Amino acid sequence: MKTRPQIVGTPLERIEDHRLLTGKARFVDDIHIEGMLHAAIVRSPVAHGLLKGVDTQVARRMPGVHGVFSAEDIARDFGGVVPRIAIRAIRIPELEPIEQWAIATKKVRYVGEPIAVVVADSPAEAEDAADQVTFEIESLEPVTGWRQSAAGTSPLFDLPVTNRAITYTAIKGNARDCQGAYTRKERFRVQRHSGFPMETRGLLAVWESNAQRMTVYGAAKVPFFARRTLAAAMRLPLDAVDMIEVDVGGSFGMRGEFYPEDFLVPFASKRLNRPVKWIEDRRESLLGSNHSREMESELEIVCEANGRVLALRGSVAVDAGAYVRAAGVIPGRFVALMLSGPYDIPNIHVESVLYLTNKAPVGTYRGPGLFEADFFRERLFDCAARDLGIDPVQFRRVNLVEESQMPYRLATLDFPEETDELDSGNYRATLDQCMREFGWQEKIGLQGRLIDGKYNGLAVGCFIDGGAGGLKEHARIELENDGQVTVYVGSASVGQGLVTILTQIAADALQLPVERIRILHGSTTYLKEGVGSGYSRSTVMGGSVVLLAVEELKRRMRDAAAKKLGCSPDEIKFERDLVMTAGEKKLGWEQLGSLGLAAEVEFVNHHHTFAYGAAAAHVAVDPRTGKVDLIDYFTLEDLGRVINPLTARGQAVGAAVQGLGGVFLENLYYDADGQLLSGTLADYMMPTATDFPSVRAEAIGLCPSPHNPLGAKGGGEGGVIPVGGVIVNAIAAALVTMKIDPKELPLTPEALWSLIQSADGRSSV
Amino acid sequence: MKLPKFDYVEPTTALEAVTLLSQSRGLAKVIAGGQSLIPTMALRLAQPALLIDLRHLESLRGIAVDEAGLRLGAMTRWREIQDSAEVLDTHPLLVEAVRHIAHYQIRNRGTVGGSLAHADPAAELPCIAVTCGASIRVLGILGEREILADEFFLGPLATALGDDEIILEVRFPRWPSSRQWGFQEFSRRQGDFALAGVAIFYDTDNSGRLENAHVGVFGVGQCATRLSGVESALNGRTNTISVAAEVARLAAAEVTPSDDLHASARYRRALVAVLLERAMALARGERA
Repeated sequence: MKTRPQIVGTPLERIEDHRLLTGKARFVDDIHIEGMLHAAIVRSPVAHGLLKGVDTQVARRMPGVHGVFSAEDIARDFGGVVPRIAIRAIRIPELEPIEQWAIATKKVRYVGEPIAVVVADSPAEAEDAADQVTFEIESLEPVTGWRQSAAGTSPLFDLPVTNRAITYTAIKGNARDCQGAYTRKERFRVQRHSGFPMETRGLLAVWESNAQRMTVYGAAKVPFFARRTLAAAMRLPLDAVDMIEVDVGGSFGMRGEFYPEDFLVPFASKRLNRPVKWIEDRRESLLGSNHSREMESELEIVCEANGRVLALRGSVAVDAGAYVRAAGVIPGRFVALMLSGPYDIPNIHVESVLYLTNKAPVGTYRGPGLFEADFFRERLFDCAARDLGIDPVQFRRVNLVEESQMPYRLATLDFPEETDELDSGNYRATLDQCMREFGWQEKIGLQGRLIDGKYNGLAVGCFIDGGAGGLKEHARIELENDGQVTVYVGSASVGQGLVTILTQIAADALQLPVERIRILHGSTTYLKEGVGSGYSRSTVMGGSVVLLAVEELKRRMRDAAAKKLGCSPDEIKFERDLVMTAGEKKLGWEQLGSLGLAAEVEFVNHHHTFAYGAAAAHVAVDPRTGKVDLIDYFTLEDLGRVINPLTARGQAVGAAVQGLGGVFLENLYYDADGQLLSGTLADYMMPTATDFPSVRAEAIGLCPSPHNPLGAKGGGEGGVIPVGGVIVNAIAAALVTMKIDPKELPLTPEALWSLIQSADGRSSV
Repeated sequence: MKLPKFDYVEPTTALEAVTLLSQSRGLAKVIAGGQSLIPTMALRLAQPALLIDLRHLESLRGIAVDEAGLRLGAMTRWREIQDSAEVLDTHPLLVEAVRHIAHYQIRNRGTVGGSLAHADPAAELPCIAVTCGASIRVLGILGEREILADEFFLGPLATALGDDEIILEVRFPRWPSSRQWGFQEFSRRQGDFALAGVAIFYDTDNSGRLENAHVGVFGVGQCATRLSGVESALNGRTNTISVAAEVARLAAAEVTPSDDLHASARYRRALVAVLLERAMALARGERA
């Protein structure tokens, strides 16, 4: 049989790019609908206070204004209650009282919380009128850190009475009573930052009163969940709401979750019976989109003298912000569940406490909880290895989970009970390959050396990257009259190259050229049910459901062909280009006539995948300024099966640079009044193209996942996860003679300079 | 972040511009490259009723070199300075400083006059103007006057420019080709405002002793300023590693930085010392 060369595994250039690079993309702000109005949101300038009244009278009379809505106006339409944003993942009843209202009602709990919505002919007029909305807020003591939150002097809610939102405990073996030759306890801290996409959030809501239908453009990540949430909040039938996915300029976990504006804008559209658009500005994005990462840990490691880790125990305090939003509990769960990473640690006891504070609510940011966990664990490992006089590479090698231990069970978490299993992998082989390709042997001679006024340091670390979350994905496949095959899939595109990946998978399975495959995704108009993107799931879940869809289409084509040829369907074999044969007889797809062959399928998967890998860094530290140059960075990840090495590498490099931003630059800095001081991109510093030119990445397909037909593992987050640990370990290695052990991020030049200053002070004493 | 409502005019002569400015009674703003003003307006920190755009004022354009030195029209954009072989020949310190200004998109639009009038304490050009003893020629409703750079900058975003005055040009004194110089700036990312910056130059006598030492700093005080204590300590000495280290300590003591989100005063002092040492090394012809 003549087969087409396999496309999966080849570096096919992104199918999306031609359209994007030639200016043909359509982002939500590119959509203009006749009669469209624009919304601006009035936001709380106060972090914590009683909202005594909102006066919209003056604003209503401003030029171009069509409507101004406060909590009172909204409650009137919903029987006196303001709708709340349900937690999407891992619901437990105890958290319902701290879910966020779509608009502030009696209290404001963070700067940026919506107080009113103004709708006008233009965005500028809406902003002009928003300035004229007045309100009275009686200030309360703002809670701006987890310690203050724990002290409980200023509760955010009447119920629950404490600011402890929830405590998760991850347990394995008996860590509390575990004893070993060596123990060390340390505190580590990661600062509040998040994944801010280049394109801010936004939506266009179109209410059609005749049809009683709501269409929302600009859905992303999880459109089907957004549809259910909006329909419930607006008390509309599910099939009266549609979410339309257009081009999306990045998500990183943050975009596409359900936010207050995702209710407020459709509400305004329905009330005014006009299309209403809202595009978040950069300040709003920094103020009000999901924040993440802010955690402080106190962890103790217990080892044998040979470096074998016996136990990890301690606690993590998560600054969760003012409410628990749709994905707000995930970082706090994952930091505990996955603290052990790729290592075989027999005893674990970690408490993760989510504290409420008067800051923007948190959500997921690429590698949620895992970036933090890796920083804590890998730093602690290097401290321990140095104390024990063991080479840090050797320390890792003896503790990595071995291939023979797979599947390997992680700790068990409560509320609700959850555990997970590392599915497959040869962790040591990947560590070795990473070091080889990084050039560890050639570079290790530079360790700790002062060259041209800069101290050189190297480090390597290992990580796991959980993927394939969310139990299901859905697809519909159609054989078109022109021989094209269209696959509608529930996965969403957030810029990760979804169309390219799914096209490659479909093309191989159908033995068709890529030009004959059409992938349509994300919108609720395509399918009755779907999930989306997030939790590194699109390749595994979307790819697997595409395979299922192709199998189902082929089954139906076989049945149809068997009827035509008068044989049994089992006798039908597929050749390339949808040519079917039965013995000597041959039939093309076009001879099946316009039968409208189509199939709708669902892929169900109860297992997460665990991609894994290692990353290595070479830094040079200027001891006089604290500035760190990244000389080389290499990250290697085993994705089970690489569908497209080009997009896999792109994901890893982009994620690594985000991680570097988290290590050196990005900081959502609040003052003691709960004001966000880093509220522009001049003050919230993101890495730019020139900051870290030497980042290399490679993806391999060494150990396939046993849990899906592709053998693939989700890998969109692995690039970011190890960065904090590896970089700071490299810096500590560079400054080893000064005994400097940085324990907090961001490691700004000044922060490092201060550590060096105090080390100098110590040595001169 | 949409701009508030404003009127907009494009005068064609400098006199027309100052007349409009004078008539506006403080409600108008002059716009040159707009690289600071537009974001300020978008954040609604400024809401001028009228923008007077100087882009059609041909008399404010151009780079000229003569016996007296270098003249840059107020509407000269950074890119034009970078592209000019003549400026590189006649004022290498200025070109090096401009290279550190923001990003190339901003350098394509940002102007010399805009930077001087905005008077950001961390901006490069005010420091070069002060360090080099430049003068700023301005036009108001009552006529022209020339203000020494040293007297022009009064504090953060504050200048001696009158309400009805616009900048016409900045004049730099002649730069001898034998002059030695160094420029150093420290910022978090390439193109960010400096946490600290140092510009130095000096001439030497026959025995290699320094004379006419000029040392300017920016980002470490209310506005760019010269360090007279450091300058007098340098004159009559030679630029050696130990002299550089000595004056670096003096510089750290002489500056008056304050704390902000991006750096503490203590760190900024330390940076000034390091940057001055490195600028001195550059002036010696060594690597920083």
